[in-house]
Amino acid sequence: MVREITALARQTAAETGRAEISPAVLAAMARVPRHRFVPASQQAHAYENRPLPIGYGQTISQPYIVALMTDLLAVQPGRRVLEIGTGSGYQAAVLAEMGVQVYSIEIVPGLAARAGELLGALYPQRVTARHGDGYYGWEQRAPFDAIVVTAAASHVPPPLIRQLKPGGRMVIPLGASFLVQQLVVVEKDAGGRVRSHEVAPVRFVPLTGGH
Amino acid sequence: MPVPLLAIACISCAALGLQILLMRLFAVVQWHHFAYLAVSLALLGYGVAGTALAVAGDRARGRVRQFFSASALLFGLTAPLAFQLAQQVPFNALEILWDIRQWQWLALQSLLLLVPFFFAAVCLCLVFSHYGAAAPRIYGADLWGAAAGAGLALVLLFFLPPQRALLVVAGLALAAAALGWRGAIRPGWLLLVPALALPWAVPIAWLPLDPSPYKSLSQARLLPGARVVEERHGPMGELVLLENARVPLRHAPGLSLAAQAEPPPQLALYVDGEGPAAITRRDAGVASLAFLGQMPSALPYRLLRQPRVLVLGAGAGMEVLQALHHDAAQVHAVELNGALAALLRDTAEPHAGGLYRDPRVRLHVAEARSFLAGQAGGYQLVVLPLSGSAAASAAGLYGMSEDYLLTRQAMREYLRHLSPHGMLAVNRWLHLPPRDLLKLAATAIEVLEAQGVSQPLRQIALLRGWQTAVLLVKRSPFTAEEIAAMRDFATAWAFDLEWAAGAAVAADQHARQARFAEAFAALGGPAREDFMRRYKFDIRPADDDRPYFHHFFRWSSLTEILSLRDRGGLPLLEMGYPVLLATWLQALLLSALLILLPLRLAAGTRASGSVGRGSVFAYFAMLGTAFMLLEIAFMQKLALFLGHPLYAAAAVLTMFLCGAGIGSRVSARLHDRPYWPLAGIVLWGGLCLALLPLLAAHGMGWPLALRIAAVAMLVMPLAFCMGMPFPLGMRRLAARQPRLLPWAYGVNACFSVMGAPLAVLLAIAFGFQRVVLAALLLYAAAALLSGWLREAPRGIP
Repeated sequence: MVREITALARQTAAETGRAEISPAVLAAMARVPRHRFVPASQQAHAYENRPLPIGYGQTISQPYIVALMTDLLAVQPGRRVLEIGTGSGYQAAVLAEMGVQVYSIEIVPGLAARAGELLGALYPQRVTARHGDGYYGWEQRAPFDAIVVTAAASHVPPPLIRQLKPGGRMVIPLGASFLVQQLVVVEKDAGGRVRSHEVAPVRFVPLTGGH
Repeated sequence: MPVPLLAIACISCAALGLQILLMRLFAVVQWHHFAYLAVSLALLGYGVAGTALAVAGDRARGRVRQFFSASALLFGLTAPLAFQLAQQVPFNALEILWDIRQWQWLALQSLLLLVPFFFAAVCLCLVFSHYGAAAPRIYGADLWGAAAGAGLALVLLFFLPPQRALLVVAGLALAAAALGWRGAIRPGWLLLVPALALPWAVPIAWLPLDPSPYKSLSQARLLPGARVVEERHGPMGELVLLENARVPLRHAPGLSLAAQAEPPPQLALYVDGEGPAAITRRDAGVASLAFLGQMPSALPYRLLRQPRVLVLGAGAGMEVLQALHHDAAQVHAVELNGALAALLRDTAEPHAGGLYRDPRVRLHVAEARSFLAGQAGGYQLVVLPLSGSAAASAAGLYGMSEDYLLTRQAMREYLRHLSPHGMLAVNRWLHLPPRDLLKLAATAIEVLEAQGVSQPLRQIALLRGWQTAVLLVKRSPFTAEEIAAMRDFATAWAFDLEWAAGAAVAADQHARQARFAEAFAALGGPAREDFMRRYKFDIRPADDDRPYFHHFFRWSSLTEILSLRDRGGLPLLEMGYPVLLATWLQALLLSALLILLPLRLAAGTRASGSVGRGSVFAYFAMLGTAFMLLEIAFMQKLALFLGHPLYAAAAVLTMFLCGAGIGSRVSARLHDRPYWPLAGIVLWGGLCLALLPLLAAHGMGWPLALRIAAVAMLVMPLAFCMGMPFPLGMRRLAARQPRLLPWAYGVNACFSVMGAPLAVLLAIAFGFQRVVLAALLLYAAAALLSGWLREAPRGIP
């Protein structure tokens, strides 16, 4: 799976702006037991590069997209990352394997309980997960070096922007379930000014022939 | 004939009713386009019934009535059962491009739904096969029953939940069984008791709707504190108003990243489980409503002072509230869904803070184009709000849906209703690489050019955020002050002004990956056609004859997109078109495998002097295809003219089926003049082709009664002729080669099923005018191949 992601990343370097996924991200993904984050019925596909259903109308993202999102967060060990939408817990696990301190909020009670238990068992020191409404972020643990918003939203909640450190980054996948269309990267500069740009996961340039 | 015509009409009524209700029910539990696929394939039950009777139909000889009643009874019992079982199939439409098993689940779902249609078709095929000489009367009853079914389903959906309506239809099938039964103790009459009682005796809880967990409403209901305030049923969708005091909805599409305050708690409105649309408290205070000025959709209010606004597709009313928040002098809100408008005016009104009671607001329940046709205009601003959800929009789910609001003709109407310096604002979810915004820009440019504007790009502006965008089209060039105001707005709220007044604007908020400016420049220049031809999405403007704005699919891009699957490239694939094509191909394959080949084996060798099977196949295949092409093309063309897609479709369908039913009865007198009806179809159809554009151009503003009368005058004579060729063929076949009757019925049924998706596929590519033309050519070809109809009978083989 990791080899495949590495190859895919090289092919899309022009779009993502990254010639390769950081070795730290790939190493972390190689260590995470992805099969433990998917339902028993999906374990045969756990290491395939595709999204999988995890119940409650939610999915575990395609590993290539997880790798790209993690890489775009550009975090170092010891940094604090807020995750809105724990889901299966896989994204939090990858970050934890990178030595990041993860604070994760899940609004669906069943998912929060399941992922919280698993993450608590695997990464008791690195991941703090709770059930709740992620709209207001996690004021008590703020500010964060990075925020990843995996739950669909019509807008970026202003409290999350406030809880992002100057110089911090936020990554938001856009699209439907099973179909992540693009990643939005929000950056807050040292002066607190916020900018964003999109990162397409694939090279697909529709303008052709001299335009 | 031993089976009463009323029983035949009842079964046809129930079958068409079931078809409409299943589409509605599956739109609630799944998504509309997959409902279309599943139900289309299920209709192959008609073809399978033809096969079954061709192989084993002789066993029913002498017991047609008993077999008819048994089949009707089984239809009544399996209709609700099949739906309930089909719901349990773990089909996930969103996974279909990832998981091959999803196709198997879809096939199983279709197979389950096929069962009731199979039994309905057995009833009809039995009577056609054994009483072919009475084909005109049988077909007449069949068509009139179907006409009643179309109307009945619509009426039922107004008053009953769709599951209850399904039970009514099942009860109707039991009534058909009762009417058809003939026995010493007349037990058939006993069936009337359950027939009447079933719809009301069965608790609705036995038929629960189990929507996909990936629908927005399913996910919102999982949240702690979610409470359904109200549910309403209607033919245009199941409405659910949801409140959540613990995790309130906060919906502000595309809200600026620089926004400091969050929107106030809102009520969430879902239609068929999709959405949400937000109902915002108007009395929450000016500070709480500040978010309405921090979205790209607020741009026109930076350019206009106290405008007179028209909102087309008002939905839950956010754009109406936005207009009032920006001191609009007057807001006309047009909403097509009457049930939704009623919900907004009563249950939701207290929450919305009297939005629709504001003296500046007028709510009109109407179709937008129809509304415009009867209006003088003079608006400073016409707004097309965001439609659908971001997720559904991203998944390309609307690819095969007609949209008469985004065609060249629609754009011309919007501009015509603007004041001299007024503007149109079209709000869209942002798709990258760009496609819909470019198609819109191309449409605006072409329309402005057609109106004599030499530099249309000077009248267009595009502002985008990270998730939504607004395209402005002004009747006059943007002024320097307006451009400055747009630039200030973009800077203040971290948006990108990608294009304004004929030039790209320095946009520094986002990466320039989208390349809007490059594309706009090409679309406004001499290389437009070349650019559109080379672009990897179909961005040619839609028009009323080809109203598929949301169709972006290009065959030339398919291989590339599929090769990008592992890199997350599948969202680039607009799913609507491939799904439609898959529907047609599967129907074609199944028709060939399940029906045509076995029937070929069962029909035996050709008897000397009998009718060639090739001629019979060609004749009935052409009739099946052409009938559906005409029916669907007319329903679509006239939906816009009559002003309401749903009621117009029901009215046109009823006219078609009634007219054809009358034609079928009259065909009994035409046995030696088979050319007449076919020639009549071609001639009258040609006349319709000539008159339809004139009607659309000049008749949209007529009173409804006059428009209905005009449609009836066009459709009824055509349908009258279309009702004749099938019974003429069946009757002649009954006289010359009755063993081929069920086969001919199956062929006709299969090609009718394939005709429906084919009509849409052809319309997407060539437009509805050419679909009508293709149908007329098929009827002409059928006339040329109908020599066997004219030959005198040579004895029954």
